Amino acid sequence: MMSKKLVIGFAAVIIVFLFMLAHSRFRERHPPGSHRSLAPDFVLPDINGGNLQLSDFRGKVVLLDFWATWCEPCREETPHFVELQDRYRDQGLQIIGVSMDDDDTPVRQFYKQFKVNYPVAMGNAKIGELYGGILGLPIAFLIAPDGSIHARHDGAVNIDIIEAEINELFASIPREKRPSPSAESNH
Amino acid sequence: MNCNPHANKFVLSALVFILACATCGAHQADAIPESRRIKPEELVKILQTSSGENPLIIDVGSHVLYSQAHIPGSEYIGPAATTDGLQQLRKRVQSAPRGKFIILYCGCCPWAHCPNVKPADEALQTLGFTNVKVLYIANNFGSDWVAKGYPVAKGD
Repeated sequence: MMSKKLVIGFAAVIIVFLFMLAHSRFRERHPPGSHRSLAPDFVLPDINGGNLQLSDFRGKVVLLDFWATWCEPCREETPHFVELQDRYRDQGLQIIGVSMDDDDTPVRQFYKQFKVNYPVAMGNAKIGELYGGILGLPIAFLIAPDGSIHARHDGAVNIDIIEAEINELFASIPREKRPSPSAESNH
Repeated sequence: MNCNPHANKFVLSALVFILACATCGAHQADAIPESRRIKPEELVKILQTSSGENPLIIDVGSHVLYSQAHIPGSEYIGPAATTDGLQQLRKRVQSAPRGKFIILYCGCCPWAHCPNVKPADEALQTLGFTNVKVLYIANNFGSDWVAKGYPVAKGD
């Protein structure tokens, strides 16, 4: 009986360890009010044939997600981002996906398959360098309404942490500048 | 404590199942044996040594990432998770001696999630190459190579 308990306990510890390992990530965070660098502006072709310019979203809390269809952690976090976009759209959250795929065909398929409800643009080496090197995926930047970088997340996102950061940024917006509940983004 | 032995067996089986699910599937690169892996610091030493055979270093990952930074002298082939990428890899090595020292690398994602290195390694094993190493990049090329100050080249 005792040995079974030990085995169960040991297996539980391993599961918890693997879970933590799978969700481990590097996070660099700047508290509101501290010195933060401005997120470099860019214009990229979006997958619907238009152009996407980051500065058009000034005033919103932006989650800029560098990802690719072949990146498994990216695929896993997409449904969570879709949910976040739905939940916080009215409060002024705008998620922007920048695909680092070499070809846009799988990106279009992925966009439909996962019912992505935020704009996705095709990235390139230039924007990678602009953001300090996107040399591994996923990498996400949380950008404050004033355009400054609030946090950089390397690796799969811990949704609870990023949601807390989003709420922290919402709270930092003066009440008179917060979007009214009826104001919605059509992206 | 009075425990039902059947319930214990069920709980134990469930835990083993969950553990098995957690450790397989996504971790395809983990199937590459340690003996065929090379650590970044070991490769840096090889690059810095002028004597000995120069390895053929092949990037089997994303071109967008390769353009930003790659190992000097490495050749870009294409993502080995795709049919095109594997074909390019086979084509590149078809005339090489089977004992040629070849190093494969990607670094797009954490090692356990990399979709490219294992198919590339398998392809070279199938072709009979006997001196193939896969660069073990634990997290990604940015943090495990570039951030450590190892030599980097840019562009195509």
